[in-house]
Amino acid sequence: MCGIAGLYLKNDKLHSELGSLLSQMLVVLTDRGPDSTGFAIYGSGSPKDGKVTLRAEDHGRLKAAVAAVEKQFGAVRPVYRSSHAVISISPEMIPALQAFVAAQADGAEIVGHGARMEIYKEVGLPAKVSERFGLARMTGTHAIGHTRMATESAVTTRGAHPFSTGPDQCLVHNGSLSNHNALRRELKRNGIAFATDNDSEVAAGYLSWCMQEGATLKQALTRGLSDLDGFYTFVVGTESGFAVLRDPIACKPAVMAETDDYVAFGSEYRALAVLPGIEAARVFEPEPARVYVWER
Amino acid sequence: MSGNAEMPAYDLSTSALRDLNAKLHALPSNTNETHWTVVNPGGKHALACGLDKPITVEIGGHVGYYCAGMNELATVIVNGNAGVGVAENMMSGTVHVKGDASQAAGATGRGGLLVIDGNASARCGISMKGIDIVVKGSIGPMSAFMAQSGNLVVLGDAGEALGDSIYEARLFVRGNVASLGTDCTAKEMGPDDRAVLAEVLARADLAGVSTDDFKLYGSARRLYHFHVDNVDSY
Amino acid sequence: MNQSDERLRHQTPPRFSATFDPHSIAEIQRAASTGIYDIRGGGAKRKLPHFDDLLFLGASISRYPLEGYRERCGTNVVLGTRFASKPIELKIPVTIAGMSFGALSGPAKEALGRGASALGTSTTTGDGGMTPEERTHSSTLVYQYLPSRYGMNPTDLRRADAIEIVIGQGAKPGGGGMLLGQKISARVAKMRDLPEGIDQRSACRHPDWTGPDDLEIKIEELREITDWEKPIYVKVGASRPYYDTALAVKSGADVVVLDGMQGGTAATQEVFIENVGLPILSAIRPAVQALQELGMHRKVQLIVSGGIRTGADVAKALALGADAVAIGTAALIALGDNDPRLEDEYRKLGTTAGAYDDWHEGRDPAGITTQDPALAARLDPVKAGRRLSNYLSVLTLECQTIARACGKSHVHNLEPEDLVALTVEAAAMAGVPLAGTNWIPGATNF
Repeated sequence: MCGIAGLYLKNDKLHSELGSLLSQMLVVLTDRGPDSTGFAIYGSGSPKDGKVTLRAEDHGRLKAAVAAVEKQFGAVRPVYRSSHAVISISPEMIPALQAFVAAQADGAEIVGHGARMEIYKEVGLPAKVSERFGLARMTGTHAIGHTRMATESAVTTRGAHPFSTGPDQCLVHNGSLSNHNALRRELKRNGIAFATDNDSEVAAGYLSWCMQEGATLKQALTRGLSDLDGFYTFVVGTESGFAVLRDPIACKPAVMAETDDYVAFGSEYRALAVLPGIEAARVFEPEPARVYVWER
Repeated sequence: MSGNAEMPAYDLSTSALRDLNAKLHALPSNTNETHWTVVNPGGKHALACGLDKPITVEIGGHVGYYCAGMNELATVIVNGNAGVGVAENMMSGTVHVKGDASQAAGATGRGGLLVIDGNASARCGISMKGIDIVVKGSIGPMSAFMAQSGNLVVLGDAGEALGDSIYEARLFVRGNVASLGTDCTAKEMGPDDRAVLAEVLARADLAGVSTDDFKLYGSARRLYHFHVDNVDSY
Repeated sequence: MNQSDERLRHQTPPRFSATFDPHSIAEIQRAASTGIYDIRGGGAKRKLPHFDDLLFLGASISRYPLEGYRERCGTNVVLGTRFASKPIELKIPVTIAGMSFGALSGPAKEALGRGASALGTSTTTGDGGMTPEERTHSSTLVYQYLPSRYGMNPTDLRRADAIEIVIGQGAKPGGGGMLLGQKISARVAKMRDLPEGIDQRSACRHPDWTGPDDLEIKIEELREITDWEKPIYVKVGASRPYYDTALAVKSGADVVVLDGMQGGTAATQEVFIENVGLPILSAIRPAVQALQELGMHRKVQLIVSGGIRTGADVAKALALGADAVAIGTAALIALGDNDPRLEDEYRKLGTTAGAYDDWHEGRDPAGITTQDPALAARLDPVKAGRRLSNYLSVLTLECQTIARACGKSHVHNLEPEDLVALTVEAAAMAGVPLAGTNWIPGATNF
């Protein structure tokens, strides 16, 4: 079980504070998720290149992996943050890059990719992990974050959320799915790869698969209501905003706040209490079994 | 000199919640420190829980989970929204939420009065055991689940599956009910029921609201003894 | 001799099916006749890998035993050292498990309190709340906090010595309480805020929290209400003991209570009891492993229950890493449940001494699992309390005897390496080697 924070800034003037605000929200959610912390942030993109977030066990391996990538694909202008690096590469090269990275033994792995999305996640408390990646200084239009209390799978970096579901898209989850093993087997047969025994990774894989089959995110989430069994609050980051879905029984919490400046999500109101102007915000809770989408 | 004292505001942004609760618990029964103000609650949990004296605690802002949990004799006023389980298992006294309440408002409450000026979300009055709850706005789905006794009065609408598996609690809803839960049914409002409704409304300072527009819902009592022909309900 | 006589002489005797055995056939017939599942009390009755499949390695040339009497073998245990300002100190590592007033009669609860207090240990309330008899007669009382919240109130919370948040129990992990109309007497109905005589339907989840992240907040609330004085236990039915124990620790529990499928219930569906949950033998090692990985073994205490019968069972549970055990069924038997002297009455109920488990019907001739005043009056709480304290003394002495033979000056110094297993299953489940070998299936090579 876990804590989720999401912040979508309507007011451009707040972009420079995105990282700082998200970091504070995540720290408030430490109790709900002491095992690992992760976030996806949507900052600036470039007109022609896509961004790929790589992570490795340690900085040495990361640098070696980036060097190997550059040898294969040319300069990628890596930006390093601790165990993660964001590289720039043209979007058509991404499938080849994925194959290349996957083939490297004991190297790096791709955490996510997109025009603007960067994903960072590690084992550790939110305050420490945020500091490691310099979250407080990051900027962008929106971000989602997660603090993890592992239920039935191991506490590892790979087990941390967010899980990427496609370009510029990723999922965080609070809850516990009850049929994820059967779903994982079926999705594997359909060609989706999994790195963990984590139920949330299955939900992400499920959404990816639905969208690969032509569904929109909204349609995929709606289908999830029938196919995913268990308790969940999902928040999905997208290029233009984020989506929220609670299961029909809706036992896991979800609180939202909206002002002229932002739309925010928190597992507890406490996480929203750090936001500017929260006293005047419209605070509400998403209905069960209803897909909500906010985007520019 | 007798008379009740107004305490200086307790600021939760600089002072510990644990100290506040401890102070409130430690008050002697004949205390004259009967009016407390709390500022900057910042959504903290378990605020003013376990009170057991006839004092008033007024909170300036939004609170987290279980505010006024197991309240006995005290009056707790939340000038903001309340998180999950406000006034859960309340025994007596009054809790007044000026904003909205999150899930499980008044859960398992055994007495006293909970008033919510705004809306309450899912599971309002779940497993209630004698509490009276008045919601001026609407309530969310699965409210009054397994409600055993007490009265739930809703001026607005009720969400899906109202009163699922209800025992003997009374549900008075003025607005629309999205759907009724298992064994919950509309009932004829008799003069006794109407009197109870009027009395609860009066206690919530809503004496001016007419009882005419409310409908009563309660148990059909078909699940009181297991019968195989009700197997679909299980 | 004619042809049919010939055929009779060479007929094979009737053969019963192992699958459709007489019991299974009778159950199908009963279901077809009544249209309701079979309900009973008690825990799993089927044969399961259990403590009987483990043996201790007593002292020998490399290990020296302790003399009885003079050379002390300590038995005390402290529960709730993690956060509570008033942890619980017990003289013996055997507690009385949660059993409700409602399921049990008033005299039975009083007897449990008397017997437990005489030996310096605790009793536990059940689904229905705290009775004055139990609080009066139990020197240490653990107050259960269940999904139903029947009778829950802050006064009793403050009068309790510890609080046990119940997520589930071994007989029915995932199930809620069950008490049928014949036991919802006027007094029980009043305590539970229910109409008299109806069949109680109980919630299987807590009403105002779901999940360890929200459990953490609930624990915080209970601590605030009781000014952080009392240990908070979290009880689960054995299901995923490794994860459940880790999550209980992360939620802030002081003590984890783990109940195996042999643990009894007052009433639930027979199929639930026999087919859901783990035998306690298989649940202890994963729970202890979770505690050890979090650096919390002995800091968050572990109480295990489900089929504890003798001091040998107690010693084995402790050797596997538990801090204490709880007894339920055994305590009731000590009080007088299933007494052969009542055989005539058991026969009238369609059963026999040793097999009586229709506790939900409330017609217990021993006066223990009934609300009928005439039957309940048969149980003398002073005498029955004495029987319980006798039994607890024997459990303790037996445990000490074994511990001394293994060279231990305190029963908590028993460890897994003092044990071997007689079967491959028990070796794998308990994580101890098959006797005479170094083999722990799944963990080490032969």
